[in-house]
Amino acid sequence: MSTGEKRRLNGEAEEEDDDDIDGGLDAWERTYTDERSWEALEEDESGLLCPIDNKAIYHAQYRRRLRSLSANAARIQKGLIRFLYIVVDLSRAASEMDFRPSRMVVITKHVEAFIREFFDQNPLSQIGLVTIKDGVAHPLTELGGSPESHIKALMGKMECSGDSSLQNALDLVCGYLDQIPSYGHREVLILYSALSTCDPGDIMESIQKCKKSKIRCSVIGLSAEMFICKLLCQETGGLYSVAMDEAHFKELMLDHAPPPPAIAEFAIANLIKMGFPQRAAEGSIAICSCHKEAKVGDGYICPRCKARVCELPTECRICGLTLVSSPHLARSYHHLFPITPFDEVSPRQNTPLQRPPKTCFGCQQSLLNPGNKLGLSVACPKCNQYFCVDCDIYIHESLHNCPGCESFRHS
Amino acid sequence: MASVPSKLYSDDVSLVMVLLDTNPFFWTTSSLPFSQFLAQVLAFLNSMLLLNQLNQVVVIATGYNSCDYIYDSSSAPNHSSEDARLPALYSNLLQKLEEFMIRDEKLGKEEPRGKLASSLLSGSLSMALCYIQRVFRSGPLHPQPRILCLQGSPDGPEQYVAVMNAIFSAQRSMVPIDSCYVGAHNSAFLQQASYITGGVYVKPQHLDGLFQYLVTVFATDLHSRSFLQLPRPAGVDFRASCFCHKMTIDMGYICSVCLSIFCKHHKKCSTCGSVFGQAQSDNTSASDRKRKAPET
Ligand SMILES: [Zn+2]
Ligand SMILES: [Zn+2]
Ligand SMILES: [Zn+2]
Ligand SMILES: [Zn+2]
Ligand SMILES: [Zn+2]
Repeated sequence: MSTGEKRRLNGEAEEEDDDDIDGGLDAWERTYTDERSWEALEEDESGLLCPIDNKAIYHAQYRRRLRSLSANAARIQKGLIRFLYIVVDLSRAASEMDFRPSRMVVITKHVEAFIREFFDQNPLSQIGLVTIKDGVAHPLTELGGSPESHIKALMGKMECSGDSSLQNALDLVCGYLDQIPSYGHREVLILYSALSTCDPGDIMESIQKCKKSKIRCSVIGLSAEMFICKLLCQETGGLYSVAMDEAHFKELMLDHAPPPPAIAEFAIANLIKMGFPQRAAEGSIAICSCHKEAKVGDGYICPRCKARVCELPTECRICGLTLVSSPHLARSYHHLFPITPFDEVSPRQNTPLQRPPKTCFGCQQSLLNPGNKLGLSVACPKCNQYFCVDCDIYIHESLHNCPGCESFRHS
Repeated sequence: MASVPSKLYSDDVSLVMVLLDTNPFFWTTSSLPFSQFLAQVLAFLNSMLLLNQLNQVVVIATGYNSCDYIYDSSSAPNHSSEDARLPALYSNLLQKLEEFMIRDEKLGKEEPRGKLASSLLSGSLSMALCYIQRVFRSGPLHPQPRILCLQGSPDGPEQYVAVMNAIFSAQRSMVPIDSCYVGAHNSAFLQQASYITGGVYVKPQHLDGLFQYLVTVFATDLHSRSFLQLPRPAGVDFRASCFCHKMTIDMGYICSVCLSIFCKHHKKCSTCGSVFGQAQSDNTSASDRKRKAPET
């Protein structure tokens, strides 16, 4: 629908060419342009085409990332309380198909991954979502600490139309972030597809307003560099970047998950007093202090003043104690106690004295190649157990435990 | 990153990863002897396999010194070898279990002192999750996995970080962790595990009727489960344990750099070494700086 609209704007002259643009391709041609099958090929040393070995590449990529992670993981402030608004541009430029299948789909997919990663790394922070459509900025979700509710709201809003307006978005977000307590760090991340902005007034004023409110604005562009975005980021101390392709876009997004180094260095280490409320028993009735409504079950009790609150994390309305659940904090402990990278075991290395195990310690998959030789595998330097490559990735990316080390008692 | 399984396969075929607590220090103090416990669990496993011929059961022993796979219905030989009176499941599993328990005992050098010893829950949970990932990798047609912890030993506070890591990984791949706890007090680890992953936590009142609890609560597949009235949690213990004394606390201090939890105010964080600014409260005794870092 939106491509049609765009054509109408371009005038009637192009009407005839339209048929050539997407109608001109035959069905068999279209499958090639859609799938981009040539991207899955590479040349070997002798110039012959061969399929890319995705598994080996993926494993190498993961190892590189692991190394860089362990290098700079040293001093990141996990307890920084950040209030971040993500502004998603859903103007008609978001329906462009230079990203596959469309910019909008790619954006939603990576915003979802980003939200999860953000809360993993900043368990006490909050996110809010804003969309721009038809020249107007709409709040999609309020600031909150639950990834699921944001993701659900975003998934339900997958359509785009009209122009984009940077100023409207900034004004809206600025209004919300001004109400945030002073200890919080205010940030905006704008995912901008359009190449123009259609504003009701002077955008320079809005930029100055953001600067005055100490809101750090960052923009990730999906088309080309724009002066006004660059200026906005410069003025407010944010980052401006333009994504070249989907992988690059994902990388740029995830760069915003850890707290920005400037803030992290600035903040003083502190001990924060916190309460860990118990979940109220199912079926008990009480009036919650946040909505002032009588509620059945479902709630938490402040350990200091025994007031009932509906959601965690929050601040007790009665006594002001910061309330969190312990699993909430535990989500980031794997950053504190990372597991050592596993060593690659080369098939030749095996001495006849020490026969390597035939199966992966984690998943029991056979480690032997068809020729009964040890295939690609890794070993934990601490417990010396052997793992398959798939387990290696799963253990370091998601589990954050070495099954070998965990299943032997250390004294 | 853990991939979310697709929903292409039939929804009533289950893969149950059973984590069997074999900690001898617990079973010698339990009112229910291990042999009786095992008899009821074996009957339950057998009925799981009979419910649907595609169901798969994998048993991992959670020992005091080690953990190991002791049974996998997908790779076990189907016919009973010598003892024709016992079904294949029983003879295979019992033999492996005996071997495991002898090995586990030999690994131990000293008896645990003081309070009741915990078993290596974090190890068997991690192994079960690796196995489940392998099943996810095998393609779109696979049974629906879940984990069932048959646990009696008390929680080991030193496993806190590892157990929580495993719980979050299970949550991300949408694998529910069910738990049947036969110990004396409730297990905060398993309560949280089941609550966070959407599993069921049961602490049977009458241990001699264990088989009935197991069959009525844990035998049905995940799809049918949504139609059942299953036991609901009567309050989950979300209190944290402090890093300095491993004490359970409901109020405490948190390092803003690394989120370590302490029960009283310190001048310096023992985990990350940050020196703290002015105290937020009057309580300033910093005598305790030692802390054992949880093994990861
Ligand atoms: Zn309170
Ligand atoms: Zn493996
Ligand atoms: Zn290890
Ligand atoms: Zn303490
Ligand atoms: Zn610290």
